[in-house]
Amino acid sequence: MTTTSSRPIERGAPRARQTGPIAWTKKHLFNSPFNSVLTVVLGGLILYVLYSLLSWAFVQAPWAVVTENFAQYMVGLYPSEFYWRVWVIFALVLSLAGVSWGILARNQKQLFSKPVLIGFGIAALLLVILPMTRPHLVYSLGSLVLLGLGAIAGQALGRKSSKAPQLISAGWFISYFVVLYLLGGDNFTASLLYTVLFQVGLGLLAGWLLSSRLSVPVLTQWLGRLALLAVGFVLGYYILGNVLFPILVSGLGLSYTFFLVLMAAVGILLGIAMVLTFSEPDTLEGVGKAALFLIGFVAVYALMGLLPASLGLEFGLERVRTTSWGGLSLTLFLAISGIALCFPAGVSLALGRQSKLPLIRLFSVAYIELVRGVPLISILFMGQVLIPLFLPEGMRPDPVVRAIIGLTIFSAAYLAENVRAGLQSIPRGQSEAAQSLGLNKPLTMALIVLPQALKTAIPAIVGQFISLFQDTTLLGIVGLLELLGMTRSLLADPNYLGDYAPAYVFIGGIYWVFCYGMSYGSRQVEEALNTDLR
Amino acid sequence: MAQRLNKPISGVRSLLRDERFWQIAFQVIVAIAVFATFSYLFGNLSSNLRRQGTEFSFGFLQNPAGFAIGENMLGYELQDSYAKVIQAGIVNSLRLIFVSIITATIVGIAAGVASFSDNWLLFQISRVYVGLVRNVPLLLQLLFWYLAVFLAIPNEANQIVLPSANTVWLVANNRNLSLPGPGLPGEVWVALMLLGLALLLLGLLWNSINKFRYGRFAAGVAGWLERLGAAAVIAAVLVVDYFLLFSNSPEDMLFFKGAVIALFTNPEGLWIVGLAVAAVAIFVVWRMRLKAMVEAGSDGKLLQGVMIAIAIAAIAILLFAFNWNTPQISERGQASGGLEMSMSYVGSVTALTFYTGAFIAEIVRAGIQSVSRGQWEAARSVGLTNDKAMRLVVFPQSLRVLIPPLNSEFANLAKNSSLAFAVGYPELYNLANTTFNQTGKPIEVFLMMMATYLSLNLLISLNMNQLNKAVQFKER
Repeated sequence: MTTTSSRPIERGAPRARQTGPIAWTKKHLFNSPFNSVLTVVLGGLILYVLYSLLSWAFVQAPWAVVTENFAQYMVGLYPSEFYWRVWVIFALVLSLAGVSWGILARNQKQLFSKPVLIGFGIAALLLVILPMTRPHLVYSLGSLVLLGLGAIAGQALGRKSSKAPQLISAGWFISYFVVLYLLGGDNFTASLLYTVLFQVGLGLLAGWLLSSRLSVPVLTQWLGRLALLAVGFVLGYYILGNVLFPILVSGLGLSYTFFLVLMAAVGILLGIAMVLTFSEPDTLEGVGKAALFLIGFVAVYALMGLLPASLGLEFGLERVRTTSWGGLSLTLFLAISGIALCFPAGVSLALGRQSKLPLIRLFSVAYIELVRGVPLISILFMGQVLIPLFLPEGMRPDPVVRAIIGLTIFSAAYLAENVRAGLQSIPRGQSEAAQSLGLNKPLTMALIVLPQALKTAIPAIVGQFISLFQDTTLLGIVGLLELLGMTRSLLADPNYLGDYAPAYVFIGGIYWVFCYGMSYGSRQVEEALNTDLR
Repeated sequence: MAQRLNKPISGVRSLLRDERFWQIAFQVIVAIAVFATFSYLFGNLSSNLRRQGTEFSFGFLQNPAGFAIGENMLGYELQDSYAKVIQAGIVNSLRLIFVSIITATIVGIAAGVASFSDNWLLFQISRVYVGLVRNVPLLLQLLFWYLAVFLAIPNEANQIVLPSANTVWLVANNRNLSLPGPGLPGEVWVALMLLGLALLLLGLLWNSINKFRYGRFAAGVAGWLERLGAAAVIAAVLVVDYFLLFSNSPEDMLFFKGAVIALFTNPEGLWIVGLAVAAVAIFVVWRMRLKAMVEAGSDGKLLQGVMIAIAIAAIAILLFAFNWNTPQISERGQASGGLEMSMSYVGSVTALTFYTGAFIAEIVRAGIQSVSRGQWEAARSVGLTNDKAMRLVVFPQSLRVLIPPLNSEFANLAKNSSLAFAVGYPELYNLANTTFNQTGKPIEVFLMMMATYLSLNLLISLNMNQLNKAVQFKER
């Protein structure tokens, strides 16, 4: 390398820094002979590709396969007389999204900054210009307005109440079941939405009221004794009885009646033993409160379950079977259900793999490694075949449910590995400090280690969610009519023979927007949560 | 507990406050729950199977399959058994996986390095490629490449012939692609793949032997279990390698010739053995030369000459012994000779290459970023150009960080190869699925498929781990 010494040393003040487009071009495109050649060749290539792409997109491409079937891409074979339900879902989700955005941005002065306004403008313009969205302009623009209004309302709410984030989380949780009900219809009192809202929700409320507001210490303690007696009896009579039955009755030939009496006696004795063991008033009151909670919950749950039938209540939306669900809405439904279910499963598996208990670790490792070793398509396809085989005769879960189970089984294993990486990145000092403050192991994990681990694992977790979203396409070849499956069935129509390119480019664009949006969002959240000192 | 307590605690209650008790109790409860779930599920399974009148058995593997496979390298014919179908599928999958791993690595490294180029256009192309490809599902890309690109090529009557009708190098129609290539018999190609697998397995063997050599075992019962495991691995590897290398009769249900047998019974195979010998010889001479130069201070000219002579011989073998030929077009327009590939194979390789390549590019980028800035600056300050600094200083150091994520990316590629069934490529999943549809044996087929993919992934990850150990800093 003699070139360095051949250049004379420059003296005097440093040269002025060159700016402007020409200097930029020189620095970034033509800074060496090789780079100049590369720039010319690549530039020519890019221009050629761009030209052919544009001429394809605007002149040659048969876009009819997209424009004529826009509704199918969005909702599949959903009956058109019920499209309004999809619009309600769309509006609901957009307003919730608006409110969440407003709450997240409650500390910003200006909600509608320039880039946001431009984004709204482009969205509205696209809706107006594109031929396939024009027929539904009122609804789609209205939903866009709802998004904006929701944001304003959310900001106001966020400034007023500190409980707003919890409220909106509850809102999203309930909205999942509302969406499910709107999509599927059926008798309202038989729906999952009714169960969640009126049986579980009211049941929890009743249990809480009964155990915390309506409990009298003395009575509660007596109830606690009763509960302990019951628990002991159940333990003795049923569980011990089931174990001893083969030995005593089948083996030793004891008469059945005598066996029952014996087990009842054992149960009562065990119950009394439990009452005597746990005689502290605090313990008794705790057990009593738990019993009260359970009583309240079960009573309201059962009551609300029986009420509609006894009153003869039957109302609700017409049923739309899952075979008519499809398109983007099914893709999103599958992805969101999969994400919601695989997250807790993945976190528990990661904790299990990190656990000190050998058996738990063994189970977790076996599950994770087995699932990660096989392709998703085999899990999904065989899930459609094998799940009914492993269930009792006549029980065949809905294909959509089976698909969600398959996705969850698969993604949970991968998510567990991401969370494990996060857990391993937390220094041991954190858990030691927590324990020296007196927190027990579960609390240390839940309050100190896990939140930090999840925060570091955000990019990997979102990456996993993105691939779960992409993996929903595999359900298209398993027989569901999600976005890709719907496209394939549209392309089987002889009218669109061979029009693969426009259809696949169109849905490719949809997938791209969602995946890119997710990774962009994750970067924003990452930055917002970044507590490193910089 | 040194703490003074107000009241003495009775036996049962002290047990309830003992963490160790709860740890054991928790494990027992989980074990019972898992066991109960499994016995419930398998109870249902056996009653369901009984009701359907089938039972769990692999006997169906000997029955004739009776369906055609588009392309296979084992000479499968219509009346051959299901066992042969599955093996043909495994060989087809391996063919897809091996080739795609190589091409995806090349594309990925190129794109990853390009993202550090000081040429703005190249940098942007690399970013756009990664941002576009990573955010679109693989299956969609696969269908796009196959249906929208490769099926759009004209049919045999109007096929593309390049560069001209007289000198044919490339023939493409919507069914096949032909390129110039060595004219090796199918048996030899299969033998090469089997040899690759056998070598990968030997990596596993090496790992276990080292455990014995250095006595890396835990104390007590656990150590003896580990010894047992390592011995079992060695025995299993030896048995499997024996079959991969020396199996020669369809009686042991294997329908391929072992790699060694196939190589020694084909003239081209013998030449391949010659090449391998030459490679080993060059390596040995290189070591000798290095030793002579370091220890005896010789200039090594003589040994260098020997190396060059062997290399020339090897190149001559490569050029003249393998029947390199270009595609020939018959009067009816059919291409033959050279490397022939079906379009479903080409489409699958293309999609897997570009999809995995984008992920590898990001891994390479992260790896290069992890090399400290000082290395760049030092390289530049001793006068290396940007390209040389990357090639000689930075990239080699980034390899260290690269290998663990590459490992999982290769494993992903192996699993993703199963998607090729969507474009009709007869790989393992595709043929297993047809087998299941015809025989109605979901459990058995699923188990076989799972075992194959699991062992393939295990092989990849163990060998990559070995490689990882080799390139890590040796801290002493």
